[in-house]
Amino acid sequence: MATIAVERPSQTWRGGAAYGAKRSALVAAGLAAFWGIWEAYRFVGERAGITWPFTVDATNMPHIHDMLSALTKPLQPGGPRLIQLEWHWALFTGKEALLGFALGGAIGFAIAVVLAHSGILRRGLLPYIVVSQTVPILAVAPMVVVGLGTKGVKPWIAVSVIAAYLTFFPVAMNALRGLLSPDPRSMELMRSYAADRTAVLWKLRLPASLPFLFSALKISATASVIGAIIGEAPASIQDGLGGAIVNFNQYYSTGPERLWATNIVCAALGLFFFLVVLIAERLVLRRAPEHVA
Amino acid sequence: MNDRPAVHIKGVSKQFKAGVTALSGIDLEVRPREFVSLIGPSGCGKSTLLRIIGDLIEPSAGAVEVNGKPAHRARLDHDYGIVFQEAVLYDWRTVAKNIALPLELLRWGREKRARRVEELVELVELQGFEDHHPWQLSGGMQQRVSIARALSFDPALLLMDEPFGALDEMTRERMNLELLRIWDASGSTIVFVTHSIPEAVFLSSRVAVMSRRPGRIAGIVEVDLPQPRSARTREEPRFFELVTEVRERLAAGGLELEPAEEAS
Repeated sequence: MATIAVERPSQTWRGGAAYGAKRSALVAAGLAAFWGIWEAYRFVGERAGITWPFTVDATNMPHIHDMLSALTKPLQPGGPRLIQLEWHWALFTGKEALLGFALGGAIGFAIAVVLAHSGILRRGLLPYIVVSQTVPILAVAPMVVVGLGTKGVKPWIAVSVIAAYLTFFPVAMNALRGLLSPDPRSMELMRSYAADRTAVLWKLRLPASLPFLFSALKISATASVIGAIIGEAPASIQDGLGGAIVNFNQYYSTGPERLWATNIVCAALGLFFFLVVLIAERLVLRRAPEHVA
Repeated sequence: MNDRPAVHIKGVSKQFKAGVTALSGIDLEVRPREFVSLIGPSGCGKSTLLRIIGDLIEPSAGAVEVNGKPAHRARLDHDYGIVFQEAVLYDWRTVAKNIALPLELLRWGREKRARRVEELVELVELQGFEDHHPWQLSGGMQQRVSIARALSFDPALLLMDEPFGALDEMTRERMNLELLRIWDASGSTIVFVTHSIPEAVFLSSRVAVMSRRPGRIAGIVEVDLPQPRSARTREEPRFFELVTEVRERLAAGGLELEPAEEAS
């Protein structure tokens, strides 16, 4: 084995402008390819009269440039441009998702820590935690909104709770796996030092769980955005992306590109959350390259 | 103080749940500053015995005293450091931080830790690698970090479970020499598990030869090779005589080492 087997991952990802440019070019190429396929499918589909799985026409597949230009036009004459409205909706939904992500992450991790220390609780509680995720969020959401509403909780916070409901699960599962991941030798080493549970948690279980935790947080980042968008419907919130989607859905036949434009903004918000977690992961984890996603 | 054994094993037996008797009636005294090897075929319970000394598992019968205390008390008092076959380094920690791990658990101050780590890095000759991560080191270097970590809080006793078993022959011989130097410098007592006869003879003041099913001590070989030992020691006629003696004791125990193990 060589003395220095590998470079530190921090040097490869901070690798500078060349790496960044390459990465950006790949993303741009991917977007361009998607655009091309979309437009080509529509072009061919309209002429060939494709009706399966859906009829290819201007309503079902608006031009992508129409979606983008819809963003620059006002909804009503004299009103603000759609992009400005989307920005405010995205901030509002983003606020809900952020609180939901934080709540869900904290609760999920707390559950994992408790379960990691007790085999009995693990066997007893895990089934219920799994069952919690088999209940459709559409069924849970109204209960949460109404239930918290009667307690005087603001509707947007109720939406955060719904987002947290989607967020906590992957965190709990992955963090638990991570906390239980240290091999018997590592545990034996701690035992030889007569380390107590708290010390084992902080010095061994927690750092060992971080790669698992970040995998979960990446899933939860996008899930919290989805949760916030879905939660706005039963909460009758009009200030966010979920409300806008409900709205544009009703006027789909006359302005499909507006719904599509909103979908793009939703995707961008989810992507933003994901990237923030990804950057946090890169900053926190200093690992062998094969451990870095 | 010095007439009290560093390790006193009294009638230790160990049965595992499946009804397997791993150890039966083990008696052994290790004097302070001694280097004692436990050698035997796979399954003779030598690693189990080492873990019982370290209170990592409990004996079914008998008792172990470390520095005159029950093994459990000795573990709580941090009376020993342990080195496993794998280095068992935490790969999110640098070399320096891996070495400092026990010191953090003992709540040493930051500066005191840093000073101690510096000494140890020098002792195991890893200067310049303090900020490297374990996966940037070769197997031999990783094991040196592991040894430094075990010595960090200056325990009177060092337990080593085939620490060089995963290394190639040349690295292993070099590590043997380094271990003797460290042993001399640190003044500790070492109990060393191995299945290499030359390694046991080269390192030890005494070799406890074990047989299996059930694991028991078949005999003790006093190694009267002069100290300090050097690469030359391996070429002395007396070295070969002792290797032969250990091998015959193993054979008399009814069991030979498996060929693959003997070769290493």
